[in-house]
Amino acid sequence: MTEKTLTRMDLAESVFREVGLSRNESASLVESVLQHVSDALAAGETVKISSFGTFSLREKSARVGRNPKTGDEVPISPRRVLTFRPSHLMKDRVSGGTE
Amino acid sequence: MIRSELIQKIADENPHLTQKHVEKIVNTVFDEIIEALAQGNRVELRGFGAFSVKARDARVGRNPRTGEAVQVEDKKVPFFKTGKLLRDRLNGKA
Repeated sequence: MTEKTLTRMDLAESVFREVGLSRNESASLVESVLQHVSDALAAGETVKISSFGTFSLREKSARVGRNPKTGDEVPISPRRVLTFRPSHLMKDRVSGGTE
Repeated sequence: MIRSELIQKIADENPHLTQKHVEKIVNTVFDEIIEALAQGNRVELRGFGAFSVKARDARVGRNPRTGEAVQVEDKKVPFFKTGKLLRDRLNGKA
């Protein structure tokens, strides 16, 4: 099995096929979905898409890191990181596969 | 935000589409991502992030309650890596 990489274009193509809007409008709606999810996360919200998964934010505190090449200490400022927790449905579909 | 709120937001912005259509569009996007991963493919959405599948080797696990050793089969798990633009936005940099 060779691994393929899907992009926005492939998602837009699916919307075009499934819903029957123009290719252009399908592409802009796919973008709109990603934009709204990003906006909610940027506003600090958790995004829970039932039967897909949950995007949640974690606050990381400041710590001292090290440049692995030079050994120099570099301060790492506090930051927010995103974690994705897949739904049971997604986990089951992925582990079962359709090979 | 949950799925129905996402659908509502997009429906509000697109008054020419019916609620049913918007539901179908949103569902198609998420279903296609799951379908791609189920086939072992990657989904790369620049600026947002990438969904991929990671292989986990079989291992001997332990029942934390009884301490009993149990064989855990090798498996494939979904993985998401946040895109650069989104990561920056989360930290108020974009």
